[in-house]
Amino acid sequence: MNHLIEKIKKEWFSNIRGDILSGMVVALALIPEAIAFSIIAGVDPMIGLYASFTMAVVISFTGGRPGMISAATGAMALLMGPLVRDYGLEYLFAATILTGIIQIIFGVLKIAKLMKFIPRAVMIGFVNALAILIFMAQVPHLINVTNITYLFVIITLLIVYILPRFLKVIPAPLIAIIILTVVAIFGNVNVATVGDLGKITQSLPSFFIPNVPFSFETLAIIFPYALALSIVGLLESLLTASIVDDATDTDSNKNREARGQGIANIVTGFFGGMAGCAMIGQSVINVKSGGRGRLSTFVAGVFLMFLIMVLGSLVVQIPMPVLVGIMIMVCIGTFDWSSFKYLVTAPKGDAIVMLVTVIIVVATDNLSIGVIAGVILSAVLFAAKISHVKMHKQETSQGYNYAVEGQLFFASVDSFVQAFDTTIKNKQISIDFTNSHVWDDSAVGAIDKIALKLKENQNTVTITGLDSASKKIVDKLAVFPKQNAKLSDH
Amino acid sequence: MYSTILLAIDGSKNSLRATTEAVKLASLQENAVITVVHVLDITQSKYDVLHAQGKADLELTRRKKFVSMEEYLQSNNIAYKLLFLHGEPGPTIVEYANQNSFDLLVIGSRGLNSLQEMVLGSVSHKVIKRVKCPVLVVK
Repeated sequence: MNHLIEKIKKEWFSNIRGDILSGMVVALALIPEAIAFSIIAGVDPMIGLYASFTMAVVISFTGGRPGMISAATGAMALLMGPLVRDYGLEYLFAATILTGIIQIIFGVLKIAKLMKFIPRAVMIGFVNALAILIFMAQVPHLINVTNITYLFVIITLLIVYILPRFLKVIPAPLIAIIILTVVAIFGNVNVATVGDLGKITQSLPSFFIPNVPFSFETLAIIFPYALALSIVGLLESLLTASIVDDATDTDSNKNREARGQGIANIVTGFFGGMAGCAMIGQSVINVKSGGRGRLSTFVAGVFLMFLIMVLGSLVVQIPMPVLVGIMIMVCIGTFDWSSFKYLVTAPKGDAIVMLVTVIIVVATDNLSIGVIAGVILSAVLFAAKISHVKMHKQETSQGYNYAVEGQLFFASVDSFVQAFDTTIKNKQISIDFTNSHVWDDSAVGAIDKIALKLKENQNTVTITGLDSASKKIVDKLAVFPKQNAKLSDH
Repeated sequence: MYSTILLAIDGSKNSLRATTEAVKLASLQENAVITVVHVLDITQSKYDVLHAQGKADLELTRRKKFVSMEEYLQSNNIAYKLLFLHGEPGPTIVEYANQNSFDLLVIGSRGLNSLQEMVLGSVSHKVIKRVKCPVLVVK
């Protein structure tokens, strides 16, 4: 009990001042993004704002990584567009709840362990594809528009990149919004505004059950979306958690985070929000601003809702090009610019996996398909790489020595068997396994086959250099050491 | 003389020169220990975590960058330890230096011009202002 109270104190109240201030900064930085991501998903700005409120508040209790920020995100918004377009909002809420359920199951099944099987090439491809998709979502706002729109985008970019050099306390995107909204209102400038794309309601979200038929058809519609959302949400959340772990030099409970994301998404779905996950950019802002504890995430959510309640009527007046500019900034920040160097310096296979991940995501418009394809491709490349053993044949005074290099298992036995000349007679043949490992019964079978064939031709066969695990499996399964054994014994 | 020396490095040429000077000073005193610190900011964390396959790999890639520096210290028979700290470089170095007592802090200066300094900010300058022990800035 005491231990629990100590833990709560440490996770919530060990950095009160820093957490409250950073939480407020994050809330300010979240507003433009939550609105912009809603627009990407094709829903009213309130859906993203509600999601950011409930995600942040719930995850502050249920998450496994204190100080990390979860809200409505671009990665998730990009996935849900087609669902909203084809079936409507209620299905999005249902899919959000199902996403939460799947994430809880993943968390219970200890998904975090699986993360290490996702190659970094796929992760790099993931963030790059995410940046490209967010950028592509902005393109429609940049084609066939007035010159004043371009001017607004450019001014926004100038503000967000130059201002932080001098003023660090208030997030620059928010300053860009305030300045340009004021200019648009008082200058009577004719630009599209957030209000053109949706409504802002100045009320707290309320609990309701999504109005969808409870049928197998509904499940069949939302399940693919929910699965994709679960995978992408956990991928980004666990990547963000590792970054926050490193930056704060502390550890976190990744499986608890997965379950926590699930709970947060279930609550979000029931309160009319869109599925969300942890955000790298906002978590970086939080840590940089001094946020460390759960309180910072909680404050971010609550303060965001407070701002919307108070300032909601102004939010609809925000010019769209400002949000486009902020999204371009998010893309630039998300893209891994060292990837160009990576393509040259990384092993060819890794570079290909990274590129393929990006290409498939961009082609399918679906981050989860790209990630799965990337993982499968790298597994295949890995198997192809190790499914080949190098054989070094050397003539000795009384015969031949074959040195095996590589992993000997079911996929690599062919190149092993083919290396031997089984027509040799009356020689001493040794097979050296110093640089190899014998993995399975197919490998032992192959050794048997060769040894017995060679023995049939009156050769003597000796096997050397087996490591202890290989020796164990060979001793257990091999037939050739038994003198009368014949090939047909197999 | 100086028996506990804090050496702050960022991997640049200037920090290599700072290392040379720190070694010279440490050689003067028997039992001198150099504590080498490298500060990683969150942007670096983001990059490193993305490019590393797990925690062990992360640690290894970071240490690899300083192999030649470690060899240099070892070849001069200097007792040292290498630490990675996390945060904004300036304040993190100051905090670490002030929390632990050192006889001297050695730090390289990037030698920026005044425009670069206005934009990027001078870490060594910030450190000198707020650190409590003597500082040697190496150009």
